[in-house]
Amino acid sequence: MPAKIIVLTSGKGGVGKTTSAAAVAAGLAMRGHKTVVIDFDVGLRNLDLIMGCERRVVFDFINVINGDAKLNQALIRDKRNDNLYIFPTSQTRDKDALKRDGVERVLDELKDSFDYIICDSPAGIEHGAITALYFADVAVIVTNPEVSSVRDSDRIIGILASKSRRAEHNLDPVEIHLLLTRYSPDRVEKGEMLTIDDVKEILSIPLLGVVPESESVLRASNTGTPVVFDEGSPAGQAYLDAVARLLGEPRELRFLRPERRGFFRSLFGRA
Amino acid sequence: MRLLDFLFPERRNTAAIARDRLKIVLAHERASAQAPDFLPALQKDLLEVVGRYIEIRDDMLRVNVARAGDTSLLEINVELDGAVIKPVGNGAAPANPKPVPVAITVAKPDPTSEPPWVKPD
Repeated sequence: MPAKIIVLTSGKGGVGKTTSAAAVAAGLAMRGHKTVVIDFDVGLRNLDLIMGCERRVVFDFINVINGDAKLNQALIRDKRNDNLYIFPTSQTRDKDALKRDGVERVLDELKDSFDYIICDSPAGIEHGAITALYFADVAVIVTNPEVSSVRDSDRIIGILASKSRRAEHNLDPVEIHLLLTRYSPDRVEKGEMLTIDDVKEILSIPLLGVVPESESVLRASNTGTPVVFDEGSPAGQAYLDAVARLLGEPRELRFLRPERRGFFRSLFGRA
Repeated sequence: MRLLDFLFPERRNTAAIARDRLKIVLAHERASAQAPDFLPALQKDLLEVVGRYIEIRDDMLRVNVARAGDTSLLEINVELDGAVIKPVGNGAAPANPKPVPVAITVAKPDPTSEPPWVKPD
């Protein structure tokens, strides 16, 4: 089976694209699928930090596109999971260095040796974001339950339907999923945050997962560990559920109830 | 009651407001995203042409593409309520810059009967 190309995109910045790309890629690798996660955010690379391999970057995506390095020189194998590879991008070049035909050539080469290719898109709807989503078979729309994020997600969904390779070549449309992140059951209960159903209804795309706002996400990024490797973390569990659904396995939604903390837990506990 | 209101202020459900605002803005944006690219230019040209004969404000002329099943309908609405008709031939109508040798007679609107466009629906 040829590799599936999955893009994580959102339009808006800061909603958790890179965190989610790292988590989904690591989750797929944990499930035994050979997976590579590519940073498309040229000039503002951060996937390497989130994955904890920032000191191992020698060659990058742009070097390979330009033929200055071979693919296997640039790919970084994750030390925690043998199925997981990180493909960092350039920190010094600008986004125009992402030439579409060059990207296509590199993706075609990756398709031979991987099951899943995860594309971590930059924010915005400019060249970098369009290139990241162009070749996708599947798009995961990372959305926060917040007005500007939902509006930008709607815009990106429109772009996927008109400007992706599948749209331009009249192929089957890109399979689109909603990943709702930074969801706070507490605030939803108080009527301060859009509900899951609100966002689903407004965007009218199927729900892949709901990741609760969780302190473990910051702890994971502090240490350069994809949050799915943190066994006890609700966010990590929620991402693993989303990965299972991506693989076609039904999973109940979890972590949607406000946490009732006991007195001692609120004094000494951790989320 | 005042004291109770003060102690337990009624929380507004701001999420519901967010949902309603999003529904409205997205309905509008989706419609304009599907519209052909030339609509703003067409609207500008139409304003210029109509403006030679009638003084109208920009917001009184609207151009839309509506869809009903397989049919697309180009809809041009010109609001004439309150519009002022420009005197034709008196330096107006720059569409035809050459002097016209024939005298132009303009049918003046009958002041006794109101023009149809003034009537509300």
